[in-house]
Parts: sequence; structure tokens; C-alpha cells
Amino acid sequence: MKRNWMAYPYFFWMLLFTIVPLLMVLYFSFTASVNGDGRFSFANFQRVLDPLYLNVIWRSVRLAFISTVICLVLGYPVAMLLAQSQASRQFTLIVLFVIPMWMNFLARTYAWMTLLERNGLINTFLGWFGLGPYNLLHTEFAVVLGMIYNFLPFMVLPIYTVLNKMDPALTEASYDLGATPIRTFFRVTLPLSLPGVLSGISMVFMPAVTTFVIPQLLGGGQFTMIGNLIEQQFLRSNDWGFGSALSIILMLLILLSMRIMSHYDRDRGEGGGFF
Amino acid sequence: MRFLKKSYLGLIFLFLYAPILILIIFSFNASKSRGAWGGFTLDWYRQLFQDDALLTSLYNTIVIAIVASIVATLLGTIAAIGIYRMKGFRKSFMINLTYLPILNPDIVTAISFMLLLIYLKIPRGMLSLLLAHITFCLPFVIISVLPKLRQLDPQIYDAALDLGATPKRAYFSVILPQILPGIFAGFLLAFTMSIDDFVISYFTTGNGVSNLSISIYSMARRGINPKINAVLTILFVGILALMFFINRRVNTNSSKKERGNV
Amino acid sequence: MKKTGRLIGLGLALMGLLLTAGCGGGETTAEKETLMVYNWGDYIDPQVLDDFEAEFNVDVIYEEFATNEDMYVKIKAGASNYDVAIPSDYMINKMIKEDLLLPINFENVPNYDLIDAKYKDWSFDPENTYSVPYMWGTIGIIYNTTMVDEPVTSWEILWDEKYEKNMYMLNSQRDTLAVAQEILGISLNSTDEQELEQAKQLLIEQKPLVSSYVGDEVKDLMVGGNAALALVWSGDAVTMSAQNPDLEYVIPEEGSNYWVDSMVIPVTSQNPELAEQFINYMCRTDVALKNAEYIGYNTPQVEVFEQLPEELTSDENFYPTEEILNNCEVFEDLGDAQPLYDRIWTEILAS
Repeated sequence: MKRNWMAYPYFFWMLLFTIVPLLMVLYFSFTASVNGDGRFSFANFQRVLDPLYLNVIWRSVRLAFISTVICLVLGYPVAMLLAQSQASRQFTLIVLFVIPMWMNFLARTYAWMTLLERNGLINTFLGWFGLGPYNLLHTEFAVVLGMIYNFLPFMVLPIYTVLNKMDPALTEASYDLGATPIRTFFRVTLPLSLPGVLSGISMVFMPAVTTFVIPQLLGGGQFTMIGNLIEQQFLRSNDWGFGSALSIILMLLILLSMRIMSHYDRDRGEGGGFF
Repeated sequence: MRFLKKSYLGLIFLFLYAPILILIIFSFNASKSRGAWGGFTLDWYRQLFQDDALLTSLYNTIVIAIVASIVATLLGTIAAIGIYRMKGFRKSFMINLTYLPILNPDIVTAISFMLLLIYLKIPRGMLSLLLAHITFCLPFVIISVLPKLRQLDPQIYDAALDLGATPKRAYFSVILPQILPGIFAGFLLAFTMSIDDFVISYFTTGNGVSNLSISIYSMARRGINPKINAVLTILFVGILALMFFINRRVNTNSSKKERGNV
Repeated sequence: MKKTGRLIGLGLALMGLLLTAGCGGGETTAEKETLMVYNWGDYIDPQVLDDFEAEFNVDVIYEEFATNEDMYVKIKAGASNYDVAIPSDYMINKMIKEDLLLPINFENVPNYDLIDAKYKDWSFDPENTYSVPYMWGTIGIIYNTTMVDEPVTSWEILWDEKYEKNMYMLNSQRDTLAVAQEILGISLNSTDEQELEQAKQLLIEQKPLVSSYVGDEVKDLMVGGNAALALVWSGDAVTMSAQNPDLEYVIPEEGSNYWVDSMVIPVTSQNPELAEQFINYMCRTDVALKNAEYIGYNTPQVEVFEQLPEELTSDENFYPTEEILNNCEVFEDLGDAQPLYDRIWTEILAS
């Protein structure tokens, strides 16, 4: 009994609304001018190679990387504590952890704007101790903080899921064989939780490296990332060619990092070999 | 050690909740300043309920999320069954096609969709937003339903047919109940993605139609406004209520299931 | 088999239904005509829109933009069916050249006569066919007198390291570039690549001192005492000083940009006649007065000018004398040099 055709409406939908648009981006990235002739050209990609733009790419990767590392360092213990907590409380704790994620993304970012500004609550608070006011908003610190705040749950949840499924007998066995807690952690718990860590890393790194809202609102336009450049090309400068070239590069960057990740992660099974 | 663990968790929760709590507190602040307390007021809420544009955007957000996630769930569930029945290259092609938009950066999805809208001259507004939202919700439904299909006993469908069920009946009485949790999870995921989306909506809307994210973005770019705090407070309370509701349903369902298993 | 096919058909039909219902959603009040207005953020008294809706029994859909360039890209892409837009001088010229504007039928805009002749016959629309002046003004520095002790006379103060991270610039390419151009003594409409590279270098040098590149939020930030200095449009300065008396506005001695924003009808308009009625309404003295008082910008209308408080109209910084205006330059469309400006501006932000 063949039921393949049931996937066809979906296939045509995706063809029209995902594949065709991406091919358009590819087309524009190799096209010389927006309004005119549409000659084939590498000029847009050559422009990306300008040190100025390479620096923007580097900045995006660097800030996303810093945020990912901090999320991992902060998030791993949280995942462990959640997994260790009593079953009756675990669900409540998880729900508590997820609720802020359900708040609107813009709202969460906006919340930090009000806290960090020069006359905001943090500076007022520091003022009571005769400190400050400090420039907190519109700094790299604010951008990284915004990323950590928004994406921390994406790190904790996958790690928690793996740790929660782990057989507690394994660590007990390790203790019985005389290993210290630290040794047990590095030799047993951490290696076994690696799939969770890897998917946590990609789930934080991906949105962080592509965001344009966080550097816009918390960085004040001072720390241009790839996302901001793309937005600017499409909504202000009307340079579709350059914007498309940047988009293609961003896609490649993501696919490359996914490829590296999935190299270590064989957990996905039928996930389809390409990504 | 125990104390350390508890206080670490406490600190993380403080980090997650403090900004939200402060927003909520300051939505009742009579002074427009963020550093000082000027007394209790409901003024911002009153202003909020008089702001038609903002209320319309809230309405749009909910309508789009409901319609887009229902359509995506229908189309996605049917497609997942089709993909499940596929073999070899076609199957892996369809699965890759599903993962592509999930892995693709939001902003690239957004600009590519915008180019399509311009090229096909699709009018901007509700229609373009819905098309965009259905498109990015679809893959999430499929990745939620497919694992449930894989867990199915492959014989179960044939067994139903052998026992005289029509194919339709076999699907609705045998397959569907088994994959229902996956469908529901897919629907919820799609709904969440849609309600939280900013980037894709921002690039694909037009003709004065905006959703909550877009409204907050344009207000935030205009400076800090206690009216936003009021919106967020209502949103937060709404989410808490929804969570409470789902929590209760999940609890009763799972306790039923446990009883059944015993 | 057949039944499942029917089921799919049903699903598709339902989908189609939902989609059409969705796109029809905006037209539930189809009885009324709708007018779509595209304006700068914070650039109108909202009451005026409500009154227009009531008086003419129409629905106004109102959208805002942050810079001329944003507006241009959206209209060029045909994203929305705007009936009225309010861009600035050079942008109007560009849009005329690219056939993005409809000529206005001035028989429907009798109130055009109320506009002072001084503000007609601009080079961007020499025959007065496409545009009706709405407001005009300059760009300058607003500073907080509690944080800045010295007299502010020159744009160079924005390069003073004393005010590191204590100043805002505008996230608008021509306005922020204009500051560097004034310091270098080059034309605000220069298309010389070498000159623009110099201006770029100057702004990149300044970047570490700038707290952020902002739009309308600058008002809130300056009123709240978040920084000492900011590059602003003159009318916003009026609003800010009214809210915080410590703030003062000055047009630096090197000169500035003299601009005018005018109402135009984009080719996307579905209802040009209603658009003309709206433009005429906006030129009515009582309406124009409301707007001028609410947003603080300079009115091009004689009667409105006379009714404004004298302390405002006699302030040279807000209503500059001929002499000061002669030292200011009007932006012109850059034509083929636009991509150059886009590139320079992108590079400044990216650096």
C-alpha cells in the first residue's frame, strides 16, 4: 500500500515557499546590480572579503562563541541539578525554567534595556553604594548578556534530557570502583551527556550568531553583526546582491557548524545524512 | 553542598525571573522613570486598553498563531505519514527538506520569503504573514509526528485491514490515536514558534498589519515606555494561566495512563 | 483510497477557506474607505488622525518609518499600498525621477495657498506638482547644560574625548554624514569618493566616543539625562527642551542641513482623491497648528506661524534667521552616487 502521495502537498508547498526563495537569494548573490541587467558576477562575494566585513563576521562568531561557552558553563550544573532533583519536584522546576522562554523574545530583550540604561535600576542600585553610573547598555557586555539570557534554556534542556535518561547505576558503579566524584564526572557523566551538550551548543550558537535584534536593541547599532548587515542591505540600502551574498555565507557558516556537530552526534538516526 | 546546589539554582532562577518581575512591578509605577518609584497606578493599563493599534496587533498575533498552527498541523501530519511510507532516496530527500528550514537562520528565511513576495506580487498583510508562518511551522510538526510513526508497530495497520477495517477507518481508529501525542506536540510547537516570531514577520508584513513582536520592537526603538511593561505583564499572566491549564491536563492524562498500565 | 483522497480535499479546502478568511480579515469594515498614511515616527498629533477619521468617515491605517531610506525601500518594493507619505526633499526628488509619485491635483488642495511662498518652488519639485510642504527644520546639537560647561558652538565637540560614551548620533546616513561633511567643509551633496572617504574616516574615529546610533528614542534618552550631547532634528529638540529645561539646542557655526518634509502621493495609492483630501486637511490652519504644537517642528504656514508662541518663533536656534539658513545646505538626490553613500554608511556601521 503506497501512501507516498500524501507527502506531495507538503513537498510542493516547501518547493514554492522554501526552495524557490532560497534559489532567488542564490541568484541575487551572483548578480551584479539590483535594478538592471542581472549580469553574473562574483563582486558581492568579493566585497564580503573586505577586511571590514570579515571583521563583522568575526565579531558575530566571537560574540556567539562567548555566549555559548558561558551558557554551557552556567547551564550544565543547572541541568545536573534538575536531573538530580526529586521526581515530584522535577516537573515543576522544568516548567519554571521554560516559562520565561514563553515570554515574547522581544519582551525579554526589552526588559534588559530598562535594567541596563544609565538611569536604570542597576545603576540606581549601584548608586546607593556610591558606585557608577556605568555605561552598561550599548556595550558588548550588554549584547552577550542579552544572548545568554535569551538562549540559556536552549543549553539546559537538551543536557537535562540526556542526563535524565542516564542510568544512575553507572555513576554508582563508578563510585563503587573507587572513583572520586570529580573523576566520575569527567569519566562517566560528561562523556555520556555529550550528545546533549552538542545539541545544546548548536541550539545556542545558531540563534546567537544570526541575531540582529539583540545587537540592535542592546548594542545600540555599535556592534554590527552579520544579521544587522543583512537587514540593512534589504531594508535600507536596497542592495539585494550584497545582502544575498551575506545570507549565503551565513547559511554556509551554520551548515558547516552543524556538520561539525553532527559528526560527533550519531543520535539522530534517520535524520537524513546531509546535515 | 546541598545548600550550595539550592542557592545556585536559586541564583539562576533569579537571573531568569528578575527582569520580568521588575517589568511587572514597574508597570504599576506612576513615575515614567525606571529608577524611581512614584507610587502605584493603573494608568498604563488604561492607556493600553485605549491603544487600538496595540490591541489589534495582539489580536493579529493570536489569530495568526491559531490559523497557522492548525493548517501546519493538518498539512504536516498528512505529510509525515507520506514521508514515513517513503523509502530510500526519496525519504532522505524529504527529511533533509524538512530540516533545511529548521537549520536555516531566521533572517535568511525572512529575506528569501520577502523576495518571493515581491516577485510573485503577493499582497503584504495577513495573507503574507500566514503563508510565512505556515511555512516555518510545518517542519516542526513533521519532526514531532515522525518519531511517533516510527514507534508504531508496522504490522498494526495491516492487522486492522485484515480485520476488515477500511483504510480510512484503519487510519482514524488505529494509527491516529497512537500518533496523537506527536500531533499535539507538533501543534504546540508550531503555536509557540508562531506566537514568538519576530524576524520573519518583520520582513514579510505590510499594509499596516503588525503582530505583537513588531509592535514591541517599534515601541522599544522609540524609547522606553511603561505601556510595554503593562502588555508584558498581561502576557506573562496569560502564559502562567495557560501553563497551569496544560500542566493540569498533562497530570490527569499521565495519571490515567499510569493506572492503565498497572 | 477514494475516501482518504476526499479527506485531503477537505483539508485543502479548509486551508483555502482559512487563508481567504485571513486575508479578508482586514476588510471587515469594507463599508468605509481606507487611507494609508506612511509617516516618520512621532511626527503627527494622533488626535488629528482620529478627527480625520470622524470627519470624513474613513479608516486611517497609519504606519511609521525611521529614515527616508527605509521608506524608499518599502515603497520601491511595492510592499504596501500607501496613499500618503511624508519624505524629505532629496528623497522626493529621487522618487519623482523614478516615477514613484503621482502628480497632485491641486484643485482638491485649496489650502495649499496657506503655505508661505518661501517654502514653495524647491529645486526638488520645481513646478510644485508632486509635493506639499508639511514641516521644515535643521539638524543640530542638543546638549545637557548640567553636563556640558563650555559653550557649544562647533560640531567638533562631538569629537571631544571628554564626552566618551556620552553622546548619541542619528542612525540615518545623510544626517550623520552631514556632521562630518560640515567639519571637513565639503558639500553635503558631495559625490567625490575621496571626500567621502575622509568623512568616513572622521566618523569611524568618532565611533568609540558614541554611545549609540539612535532614532526616535533619542528624545526619551536625552530627556532622561542618559547622555550629554546628541545630534538631533530641530523639532525634536523643541519637544525635549520642553520636557527637560536643562537641554539646549544649537545650530553649530560651521553650518547645518536645512530640510523640508513634504506630503506626497506614492504611485501605490489606491485612492488618490482621498489622499488629496487628507493633504488638504493637514494644511488647514487649526490642524497644522495642532501638529506644529504637538511635534515642535517648524511650520511652513503663515497663519500657523503667527499663532505659535513668540518665545519659540523668535528663538534663532529654532526659527533660524536668513543669515543662518544661508549657511545651511539642502540635501539633494545623489543619483548614481547613492550606492556610494550606502557603502560608506554600511562601512561606518560595520567598523
